Amino acid sequence: MMHKPVTASEKSKPLADLTKCRDILAKYTSATSADLIPILQQIQDAYGYLPQNVLEEITARVRIPLSKIYGVITFYSQFSLEPRGKHTIKVCVGTACHIKGAPDIKKKITEVLHIQEGETTKDYKFTYEPVACLGTCFLAPVMMVNERYYGKLTTEKTEQILKSY
Amino acid sequence: MKNLKTPDDLHKYKKSLEAKRRTDTTRIFICATGCKALGAEEVCRAFKDEIAKQSLADKIEIIETGCQGLCTRAPVLTIEPLGIFYGRVTETDVPEIISRTIQKGEIIDRLCYSEAGKRIPYVRDIPFYSKQKKIVLKNCGSINPRNIDEYILRDGYAAFTKVLTDMTPDKVVNEIKNSGLRGRGGAGYPTGLKWESVRKAHGDTKYVVCNGDEGDPGAFMDRAVLEGDPHAVIEGMLIGAYAIGAKKGFIYVRAEYPIAVEHLKIAIEQARNLGLLGENILGTSFSFDLEIKMGAGAFVCGEETALIASIEGKRGMPRPRPPYPATSGIWGKPTNINNVETFANVPVIFLNGSGWYKTIGTESSKGTKIFALAGNVKNTGLVEVPMGTTLREIVYDIGGGIPGRKKFKAAQMGGPSGGCVPAQHLDLPIDYETVKAVGAIMGSGGLIVMDDSTSMVEIARYFMEFCQDESCGKCVPCRIGTKRMLDILTRITQGQGKQEDIKLLKELAEVTKTASLCGLGQTAANPVLSTIHYFSDEYEEAIHKKETQTSQHNPPKPE
Repeated sequence: MMHKPVTASEKSKPLADLTKCRDILAKYTSATSADLIPILQQIQDAYGYLPQNVLEEITARVRIPLSKIYGVITFYSQFSLEPRGKHTIKVCVGTACHIKGAPDIKKKITEVLHIQEGETTKDYKFTYEPVACLGTCFLAPVMMVNERYYGKLTTEKTEQILKSY
Repeated sequence: MKNLKTPDDLHKYKKSLEAKRRTDTTRIFICATGCKALGAEEVCRAFKDEIAKQSLADKIEIIETGCQGLCTRAPVLTIEPLGIFYGRVTETDVPEIISRTIQKGEIIDRLCYSEAGKRIPYVRDIPFYSKQKKIVLKNCGSINPRNIDEYILRDGYAAFTKVLTDMTPDKVVNEIKNSGLRGRGGAGYPTGLKWESVRKAHGDTKYVVCNGDEGDPGAFMDRAVLEGDPHAVIEGMLIGAYAIGAKKGFIYVRAEYPIAVEHLKIAIEQARNLGLLGENILGTSFSFDLEIKMGAGAFVCGEETALIASIEGKRGMPRPRPPYPATSGIWGKPTNINNVETFANVPVIFLNGSGWYKTIGTESSKGTKIFALAGNVKNTGLVEVPMGTTLREIVYDIGGGIPGRKKFKAAQMGGPSGGCVPAQHLDLPIDYETVKAVGAIMGSGGLIVMDDSTSMVEIARYFMEFCQDESCGKCVPCRIGTKRMLDILTRITQGQGKQEDIKLLKELAEVTKTASLCGLGQTAANPVLSTIHYFSDEYEEAIHKKETQTSQHNPPKPE
């Protein structure tokens, strides 16, 4: 998934509190570029996404230009520059799920939540993303909500699961 | 837990564990990894509650294990020493299992595996299990992966100790060469040769990397091994590190595998506490430690040069080889990269000897292979068979055949880099060469069975969509080639195909294959070529259907 570059208007977004970021960076007294991805992963876990002003804090610490950091962020599908929903729905679109009905599950999610793949609901409750394979093909079709797996889905079951959150 | 100071300490430690081991209990092995998704945690909790309620703690032990293989029956459990297998167990079944099966030895019919209307209560009689040969998965599903003691009781770290005390690094490399072990990640490169080139490479600092970026859709072997027997991978890496002279190793795991990451963290911590990782291991001059690197969601990072870039904190894009990682890997240092399953094969080779290992498998491919059996097959799950087993044995004898009244159409092997093997090749003995000869690849071991309701053009389109999405965009043939092939395939599946499309697809496939920078692009066309080869009638039909429709209803618009 490609992210849009950060524009001037987005820079005027409210600044994120830097306390959590500083706590994370404190563990990296002599950070190198190899620490960049782990740092970004922890920041994303802590904030739910990668806020602009937090990235500026990181660039000073790891001594990697912001442009390079953006390069890394936009390459990996795990990272998000936009605030994400409280719950992340990962729908497996692997081969086994594909031949067992994943396309119908995807349609149902869009129908219930009114969002497309890669989008977040307006109330920031859900972020919906497809994932190449969750490695649980015996449960096909399968999705994950946060860390929890839901297997052998039907469209009805999918709707019930979404409504339970 | 005590720190082991000498190789002999490990031996003594094992003896002390054996002395403490209880032999008078009934042990219930419950899959607490894959089966979690269907309620295994609730079942475990119900057992623990019931055991506490009835004060049976000195009679019944609950062991939370990794994958037991027969995932289609999840949640599954095995009761020892009775040898009974139960599937689709719910928490409400728990009191009955205790009162009837454990206390009276009765079988509960509804929880048994059944085939052709016949109930099969005992593990040894279930064809799914009896036709497999578990070498790499020998502990997976029968030990608690969160407890190093259980691994040690199964001769864990004994191979490493033997290597450390009795063998020179050269001898270790030779033993692996002699075993005939080949890389299980897909390409099948001889592991011994790889180790030898890293050993011979110049430089004081060398690295060992375990590639656990299992990204092929339909493959979950590495997930199962990492979750179910993480110490086997760590021990394999220790032996590899000793052989090539590395002090530091990385395990690169997909972020989508949280349980694997958790179990690895626990395993590394426990190995460190015992003195099996860290400085001066078992009192020798050999030092080695491990770090987990979590992937961030990029399929191409399974390619070794992309994986290296990702470990270094960069965009995970591949680079041309040579230089190979064996001479210039992480930070330009010699780096040995093997797949999870490859490392998990290593300890058993040293425990039983390469001579023993060589007796398993075919002339060119030694040992076993784990397959992730999925799709339109009755027994989806994890299967380990000797190389040379036929597709028919895997799909029908072990897999139980195709559900419903449908027929076998093809097996997709090797994921997006692989191909579809049709029914005429069901009796082909599977090894690296034979699979390649029929247009697929062994790949990491994903095996997806497709019945006659599956459209092969749609499958080709599906894989191309995957490759196009995951193409890193660095080289033109892959970036544009996959996009153009996807456009054509999409058009055909939407009834907009043209007669010349097949020729054009073949042409594009050839260029993408020849000119792409890395494995992703070089193999991206395989699913297209193999489906055109075996199912050209389906392409013709999809294209022709549209032509009849358009000639009847609306004339084609000029482009």
